[in-house]
Amino acid sequence: MEYLIHLAIFCAIYAILGISLNLIMGYTGMISIAHAGFYGIGAYATAILSYNYGMNFFLSMLIGIITSMIAALLIGMVITRLRGDYFILASLGFNFIAFSIMLNWQGLTRGALGIPGIARPKLFGLSFMLDQNRTVNLDFLILSLVILGLIYVACRFIGSSSLGRVLKSIREDETAIQVFGYNTLNYKLLIFIIGAGMAAVAGSLFASYISYIDPSTFTVNESVFIIAIIILGGLANLKGSILGAIFLVLLPEALRFIGFPNEIAGQMRLGIYGLLLVILMLYRPQGLMGEYKL
Amino acid sequence: MTILETKNLSKHYDGVAAVDQLSITMKKGQITSIIGPNGSGKTTLTNLLSGLVPFNHGVVMLSGEKLNQIKPQTAAVLGITRTFQEVRLFNQMTVLDNLLVVLTERNVFGALFEKHKQHHLKIAEELLVKVNLWPSRDQLAVNLSYGQRKLLEIARALAMNAQIYLFDEPFAGLFPEMIKIVVAIMQELRAGGKSIILIEHNMDLIRQLSDKVIVMDTGKLLAEGNPDAVLAKREVIEAYLGE
Repeated sequence: MEYLIHLAIFCAIYAILGISLNLIMGYTGMISIAHAGFYGIGAYATAILSYNYGMNFFLSMLIGIITSMIAALLIGMVITRLRGDYFILASLGFNFIAFSIMLNWQGLTRGALGIPGIARPKLFGLSFMLDQNRTVNLDFLILSLVILGLIYVACRFIGSSSLGRVLKSIREDETAIQVFGYNTLNYKLLIFIIGAGMAAVAGSLFASYISYIDPSTFTVNESVFIIAIIILGGLANLKGSILGAIFLVLLPEALRFIGFPNEIAGQMRLGIYGLLLVILMLYRPQGLMGEYKL
Repeated sequence: MTILETKNLSKHYDGVAAVDQLSITMKKGQITSIIGPNGSGKTTLTNLLSGLVPFNHGVVMLSGEKLNQIKPQTAAVLGITRTFQEVRLFNQMTVLDNLLVVLTERNVFGALFEKHKQHHLKIAEELLVKVNLWPSRDQLAVNLSYGQRKLLEIARALAMNAQIYLFDEPFAGLFPEMIKIVVAIMQELRAGGKSIILIEHNMDLIRQLSDKVIVMDTGKLLAEGNPDAVLAKREVIEAYLGE
């Protein structure tokens, strides 16, 4: 049970990351490799404020969201002017910068040593942590699912509004929609900032749940993993992002039970994992629930 | 009354003049056709007037207001809209959404708190009925036939309720029944006091629709005036047929 709850919490965290990146990439067509950077900002904000000042989780999450959104505003003012491959490279650059700061600003982040002892959330006296009379981490799972639900509703609201329709038109043909009087930069910047704020929420949850973070979690690999979630689930489909997160988090775990010989188990699992993804993309390039192809 | 005028308008690409010192005028409530051989600068001119590409020299006078440059998003505010020679729809959106997106709120925060209003839907329905696409409203635009795609693009331009419409080869690839629809739309726009710049190669349609014809060749003005008179000019025939 404890193991299943652990996996469910990870599914929820990655679903938040997938949904938020889907606004940027699936709806608006900006293929961003910066998302792990914003995820990391949220995680480090909670970790630093909790470790150094004993700050309440929810307040530290709020500060993480604001910090991430400010970073997205500053970087977004530059990179949302770029299109296609240039945007991808610029977002990749941001992820490198964010990772480099996490690794090298030791006075703030403790560098490669990481930050331990990150506190669990407390709300109205209720502690989201192991209690002798409670099931391990069940409270934290409920909190994660509630936050996921709120973010899902917010994204659905955006997606079904006139704003969501404009975002899709930017994805389809940015020049054409400009001709109809839209300043597309404003739209791209806004959604980049909103997506970054949501990624920071996932970061705060992750830091608090694991109680220890170091920079290795927030590399380009993580950004690529989040992109894989939304491509697999289906671009511009929020339910697809949740499904993609569940699939990609659970698949490697499921492969543990196949019973490969110990000496090749790890490699075989990775090989099958990769092969399944390739087959899925060959036969369903629009993803599990998506309607359009990248 | 002159609604649009260009003075010495020029656009160069790496030293090659696509539009060269072009000075033309068009009157309100008229259809002004622009003809010329391929590469004569017709589409570049529509790109300049719709702000898609910046011009290097010259000015555009719009209802007497002098414009030293036009940006894509300001062209709409100035009352200019267009269609494209190569149809540019929002392919992975429904036919209805292709119209609603140009009808709804432009302000980014306003758009966040708006879905679409009943009157937006009513306008979209009227326009889609006009181009026989209402039954296909829930289809993705990418699944339409070539002619239907052209009609949807024209309906999208109509949704802008602009003062000046730039139609870049709107009849190319259309079936006769579709041509009738587009001809009727243009005549209705003219009757409503709207101004049209029409780029077209079909001379019968040019004669049928145009109040004025402008002939371009290598980016320059070759001739302008009444359709019959202009199309009978020797230099115009030579430019087209290479005599």
